[in-house]
Amino acid sequence: MALALSNAFTAMSREARRHERRTKNPANPELPAYDEEEMLMKFAMPGPNAPDDFLSGAFAPKNANDSDPALKFLHGTTTLGFVFSQGIIIAVDSRASMGSYIGSQTVKKCIEITPYLLGTMAGGAADCMFWERHLGRLCRLYELRNKERITTAAASKLLHNIMYSYKGYGLSMGTMIAGWDKDIGPNLYYCDSEGTRVKGQKFSVGSGSPYAYGVLDEGYKFDMSIDDACELGRRAIYHATFRDAMSGGRVSVYHVHENGWTKISMDDVQLLHEKYMKEAGRTTPAWNHM
Amino acid sequence: MDHLLGLVGDGYALVAADRNVNHSIIAVKHDEDKILKLDNSKLLGCVGELGDTKNFSEYVQKNMALYALRNGCHLSTHAAAHFVRGEIAHAIRHSPKMCNMILVGFDGDSGPSLYHIDYLGGMHRMNYGAHGYGGFFASSLMDRLWRPNMPLEEGIQLMKKAFAEINQRFLVGGATFTLKVVDKDGTRIIDLGEQNNSMQT
Repeated sequence: MALALSNAFTAMSREARRHERRTKNPANPELPAYDEEEMLMKFAMPGPNAPDDFLSGAFAPKNANDSDPALKFLHGTTTLGFVFSQGIIIAVDSRASMGSYIGSQTVKKCIEITPYLLGTMAGGAADCMFWERHLGRLCRLYELRNKERITTAAASKLLHNIMYSYKGYGLSMGTMIAGWDKDIGPNLYYCDSEGTRVKGQKFSVGSGSPYAYGVLDEGYKFDMSIDDACELGRRAIYHATFRDAMSGGRVSVYHVHENGWTKISMDDVQLLHEKYMKEAGRTTPAWNHM
Repeated sequence: MDHLLGLVGDGYALVAADRNVNHSIIAVKHDEDKILKLDNSKLLGCVGELGDTKNFSEYVQKNMALYALRNGCHLSTHAAAHFVRGEIAHAIRHSPKMCNMILVGFDGDSGPSLYHIDYLGGMHRMNYGAHGYGGFFASSLMDRLWRPNMPLEEGIQLMKKAFAEINQRFLVGGATFTLKVVDKDGTRIIDLGEQNNSMQT
């Protein structure tokens, strides 16, 4: 209690001093006072001393004779999806990086295209977000025109056709389209901006994908309970965020089933890390373990 | 890294392609079918850039179906090969399609045939042919072992030898293959048994 009180008093006295400085500029009373401390409080500043220098890598052209700024948001990502006996699990991280700068830790990389279709984003955030939103619109129009849901195959092909027509124009997108089709069952497609579209059982996309594949392939079985499958997806993304500096933030897990998709969980990787370490009875990563 | 090979035998033609889809260092898929059935008597094996190959072979397939609807008869294998070559030759000056193909077909009057078509618009009618790195190993093998009018069983054996050689000598081993045949009864997939089940999908 005493501590809290004294803190409150220091805060008050600091505020009083600041008020004094605001009203009187010691150098020139005519000019409004500039309070550096207050400015810093008002504008949340990024950590580095010279943010513009720090960010120069993220905004600078890729090479000297290239006039396009290389601003690529969300270049590091780990996303994965797999089909199993009870549907599809989609798991994604949530970090957006711009070069060495973490742009955000709370990006929604799983795009809810329709209540039955999920898309993941890897690559350029703007491209993914725009074209998957566009796909959502096309899917809704299909539903209105045909009085039935669009299949995952058709939806992914709509996206693929757009990607193929813009091939070589610099779009950057790597996505998985997952859905449950009436009378067919779960379907998973991988589409990217190079015009690739493949149907499959197990995919991982993004800079962290090799790490995620490692864990996913090891633990994957077709017959798994939903809980086990979710945990496998979560684990795989967690291990990818641990190794891949450009992936991190939170792990979101979705389950695609007969009645559409359900968001299962969203966990901070730091908390997952602590939990997994505790479960393994370690305090340091496995490679340091004696 | 794709392999595509084909041969003509006694009343049939075989075409085989590997089943991997690769993206930089990652094998994305192990069970992709790279041989498209164009109609009941033609198969088009297509390797190259994935977006191009799928898109182009479907384009060929649908345009041939359209031709059949309009004219009431199907293109012969010879005509289909010239159609594919023409489209590729047009594309190479506009938007190049990275598609290397082997077209096999069976026609009632002229029997089985194989056309070797590359992405630059080159086309050759051949008795056997191959594309990709696997072709280096397979083509010498076929030079040595192919002979006219091989029965189907021998043709399949020759193909299996080629697959084994590719997996033994090519740097990137562990390839699995799809093998398809076209003859007077239409097109079928040849079951390669255990070989293809060893790979996890």
